Amino acid sequence: MIVPSWARLSLRTFVLIYLAILLLAPVGLIFYRTFEPGLGAVWDSITTPEAKSAFWLTIKITLIAVPLNTIFGVLLALILERKQFRGKALLNTIIDLPFAISPVVIGLSLLLVYSINEPVGGWLADRGIRVMFSMPGMVLATMFVIVPFVVREVAPVLDEVGDEQEQAAATLGASGWQSFWRITLPSIRWGVAYGVVLSTARAIGEFGAVSVVSGKLVGKTQTLTLLVGERYGNFDVHGAYVASGLLALIALVTLLAMTLINPRREHA
Amino acid sequence: MAAEQLAHPPGLETSRDRHTSFGAPGPLGTGIALLWLSLIVLVPLAFLFAKALEASPSQMWDEVSNGPALAALLLTVGAALIVALINAVVGTITAWVLVRDDFFGKPVINALIDLPFAIPTVVAGLVLLVIYGPDSPVGINVSFTRWAVLLALLFVTLPFVVRAVQPVLIELDREMEEAAASLGASSGATFRRIVLPNLLPAIASGAALAFARAVGEFGSLVLITGSIPNKTEVMSVLIFKNIENDLPEAAAVLSVELLLISILVLLALRLLGRKRR
Repeated sequence: MIVPSWARLSLRTFVLIYLAILLLAPVGLIFYRTFEPGLGAVWDSITTPEAKSAFWLTIKITLIAVPLNTIFGVLLALILERKQFRGKALLNTIIDLPFAISPVVIGLSLLLVYSINEPVGGWLADRGIRVMFSMPGMVLATMFVIVPFVVREVAPVLDEVGDEQEQAAATLGASGWQSFWRITLPSIRWGVAYGVVLSTARAIGEFGAVSVVSGKLVGKTQTLTLLVGERYGNFDVHGAYVASGLLALIALVTLLAMTLINPRREHA
Repeated sequence: MAAEQLAHPPGLETSRDRHTSFGAPGPLGTGIALLWLSLIVLVPLAFLFAKALEASPSQMWDEVSNGPALAALLLTVGAALIVALINAVVGTITAWVLVRDDFFGKPVINALIDLPFAIPTVVAGLVLLVIYGPDSPVGINVSFTRWAVLLALLFVTLPFVVRAVQPVLIELDREMEEAAASLGASSGATFRRIVLPNLLPAIASGAALAFARAVGEFGSLVLITGSIPNKTEVMSVLIFKNIENDLPEAAAVLSVELLLISILVLLALRLLGRKRR
């Protein structure tokens, strides 16, 4: 298509203005507002006891949810791509469900299983196991939300590389495990890495589902995103900007990781 | 499936025709994975449906048909449709500029498109509030209005259509366009008759994803919309309020309503995808 240069230029200008208004100016301004009162104020704001405990809770939840989700994500991708069975379309739909369900609804569903007012949650509470308004519930909510990320990155790579190499390994007498560690995993590693980056970003940034199941106990079940909401609600606007700035920084690092992994993933 | 069977006539066995390919997990691994998926996703959803069904039909009708609930449903679906349409147009133009145009800083812009996926939703809401809220340095204040709903949804759904269209546009055979041009077609006609039909499936699936995301969006909306009933309150916020007010049954009924809408969109998306192949 030969596009006249005036049209090309006006389309480019339109896109850049749209992105500037919607994306670049707002994100730029939040960093400006964060650092406006000086580095000292920023430091004080991220080292309060609540902020520190929110930071570590976020890290803990992510470090439990993401590795578990990665293992099961690879397993599910292998099942989808390397097995023939009835109900594959159904399994695909179930894996995609978290994309289509509101985070609030995810939180509510967990609440209806594990709240102490409900049969299962009450039964567990009688045995001293508390899931809601504590870390296990928040981990469950995060795992629900990130279910699709690793599967959806790994499955297409598995489809692409095929199983000829595993076949060769099997004829040479390799066990299933040997063939997985030496052949399958190396060939899908960049797909896995991309999925891990996406699910980590999502785990750190999850708000809706976690805010339903957390009970928002300050210093106990408050994550970084919940801290943003709480500080804004308490009119600590600068505190909310600082926590947001920190999370936006994590998002930028995520983008950098995505940009670095993407070309390797595509030429796997 | 039928097309695959035609491509590989019987007798010529390929890895795709065999019952189980090499490198597939054994029965134990498969069982554990499916059990895990059920525990994480299916069991909670089953409890949600069970709770909703505890309400009698007339109660259910009351929950979904009262003023604020109906207003929330109309706002949620209406805003999601508008956002999907805007994304279909602007996302396609953005993808075109990123693929066919060349300018200083293009790789950076290309990478930043994914920022709304990486940024936490509550941060997205605050980020918009900083510039388009009460303390706006540019004098635009949309907070607590329906414009805020639209703005926040446009922010969080920005990448969907761009990322769906971009790869198709890169793969698109330019010879068709050159042929059309050499036969005297204007660039407008070439776009309408050659480029657009090839992009349509990708645009549709990107827009459908944006719609599904917008229908369920919560984090970016709570701070900037003020959640005013009958005005800026969307379904997810209404459900959240019901949970906070200890009305789990009402929340469950509204959730199932929202879920059914999402599932319909997901099914439509599947059908579109099937048509593409």
